[in-house]
Amino acid sequence: MLLVTTSSSQFVLVAAVFLASAVEMVEALTIVVAVGHTEGWRPALRGSFVAVLTLAALVAVVGPALTKVPLDALRLVVGGVLLIFGLQWLRKAILRASGLLAKHDEDAIYQRTVEKIDADAAARQNHRVAFVLAFKGVFLEGLEVVIIVLTLGASARRLGLASLSALAALLIVGGVGIVVARQLSKVPENAMKMTVGVLLVSYGTFFSGEGLKIRWPGDDAALVVLVAFFAVVTWLFVTWVRPSRDVVVSS
Amino acid sequence: MKSSWPLRMVVGFARFWWDFLVGDTPELFVAAVVILGVVAVIRLGAHENALAVAALPLLAVAALGVSLSRARRR
Repeated sequence: MLLVTTSSSQFVLVAAVFLASAVEMVEALTIVVAVGHTEGWRPALRGSFVAVLTLAALVAVVGPALTKVPLDALRLVVGGVLLIFGLQWLRKAILRASGLLAKHDEDAIYQRTVEKIDADAAARQNHRVAFVLAFKGVFLEGLEVVIIVLTLGASARRLGLASLSALAALLIVGGVGIVVARQLSKVPENAMKMTVGVLLVSYGTFFSGEGLKIRWPGDDAALVVLVAFFAVVTWLFVTWVRPSRDVVVSS
Repeated sequence: MKSSWPLRMVVGFARFWWDFLVGDTPELFVAAVVILGVVAVIRLGAHENALAVAALPLLAVAALGVSLSRARRR
């Protein structure tokens, strides 16, 4: 029984980190591909590489420090952060699924990045702009991945497993990105975002509860029940929010 | 006047966390803080475990519902 509950909570951890990382990396990859196609792959890859190194250094420095924090306090704070972050993701994904919010458009991001490079052409700073754009794209999207890896990994005392899940997502999304290049808009990003939202809210609820000394029925197995509960609630909300009118709000 | 880089770093760091936690949905940030406060009172003050187990996910769902309802009315 203990083995089953432990492995199910590990599966939820791996799934949450992997999917969240994959979603953020698709967004980062869109920018890198746009920079690479427009201004050459050297500054795009250099900017990405420096960003990944910076993020890895951040994990290496902050990760071990987090394991020194008392577990209850860590889980309360991390649970709160995950709860807020997860609710934000879920809200956005539900609004997109119900048609109230425009879907995340990778093609539009690609176009905006190309225009930004073109706008700086006159200043003859293209290589520098391309490097900075690739760095910022990878660093800012990657920073969210780092926070998810650190918070989930440290709270579950499985930082290595969380880091490996993020690394797997990086390799897979990177590999797929090389193959499909400009077809990233085909990735079912909203479905992935909704799944991540459900997992983050579940983890946020579970960890903040543990931080408040709640004794969950079934211990770690409660996490799986929470995932199922929030998945059903999400489906109900999509049905409820779906309007008869076809208005798209902007936020 | 251009501000110094340490100041820009601090401002950038603060802005990142503000966007990350509050962003365009301050109601979810406030709701999460209130939920944790209420559940802390139930669990640590009144020593009610079963009520806290039920209240935490249900209050989270209520917060999401209110936020979605606001977006729907816009």
